[in-house]
Amino acid sequence: MPLSAPQTLMIIGACALCTFSERLLPFVIFGERPVPPLIRYLGSILPMAVIATLVVYCLRHIDFGTVSGYAPELLATAVTAALHLAKRNTLLSVVGGTACYMVLVQLVF
Amino acid sequence: MSETLRSSFRYAFQRSLPILIGFFPLGIAFGILMRKIGYHFLWAALTSLTVYAGSLQFLMISFFEEGTALFTVIIMALLLNSRHIFYGISFIEKFRAYGKWKYFLIYGMSDESYTLLCSYKEQEDLDEKWVHIFSTALLIFYWSGFSALGAFVGTWIPFDTTGIDFALTALFTVIFIEQLKDSKTSLPGIIAIASSILCIFLFGPGNFLLPSLSLTVIILVLLRLPLEPIITPKEES
Repeated sequence: MPLSAPQTLMIIGACALCTFSERLLPFVIFGERPVPPLIRYLGSILPMAVIATLVVYCLRHIDFGTVSGYAPELLATAVTAALHLAKRNTLLSVVGGTACYMVLVQLVF
Repeated sequence: MSETLRSSFRYAFQRSLPILIGFFPLGIAFGILMRKIGYHFLWAALTSLTVYAGSLQFLMISFFEEGTALFTVIIMALLLNSRHIFYGISFIEKFRAYGKWKYFLIYGMSDESYTLLCSYKEQEDLDEKWVHIFSTALLIFYWSGFSALGAFVGTWIPFDTTGIDFALTALFTVIFIEQLKDSKTSLPGIIAIASSILCIFLFGPGNFLLPSLSLTVIILVLLRLPLEPIITPKEES
């Protein structure tokens, strides 16, 4: 252990508290008061925007300089999407897309 | 246990399986790194259980290694997880009815738990509150379990897992498709993707999340007049 147990616990505690406070913030701000219409509108429209952002976030290291830098990600994402549009089974799409990606990065590129 | 509770658990478990696959390599990797710098598996499990935020935990490895000052730790933790501030906005009213469990769901609101919360679909034999509690608890359990396992077995894994972390990319892609199918407009998604790509060019792939989400929120606020009638049904109950 590079740090003592109390030092380590301090860091873990600080990170846990920071994470929890940020997740809690909107609930504290709007506590028991009626939620303003603007926030209610954002609440219903944000999930799609956030999840689209997370998709890009997962693909952020794509490098268009070399074929192996983008082909596995883009192909596997396309396979995932195609599987899902065809069968609409989340587990199947995730397993199929992941298997495709693993084959591509381990054996092809 | 009542029948509704049982089917709620089954539903939550089924929905959690793609994340189980995605958490496997990431949790193991975190555990291995913890062990590499000298922490045994209980420390890995404790960190995952209390912090429960993937990207921050990987950064914490360097905090432990370098003995980073607490002030810096706090600033970095707040910055790295700032996107979570946006997550709760969609559940302010829903969670009011959940009593003390609300705090458990808030503590457990990672990207993955949030994704499951957003993709819940009303079903007659399910209790929504318990579906959320079960799925959040399962995810925290998987994450902590794999972290401990990684620190316990070290680098010994019998097969090549390179690329298995794509499972989370695939999951977000699938949930995004579901949302596109259910929604009357794809504009929020298009705006978010365009804003993300713009911010990657401006701020680099390591720092784009917060500026991109902020820009997306600003654009969505500006477009409220045309967008709101499309997404909300006319009669509010």
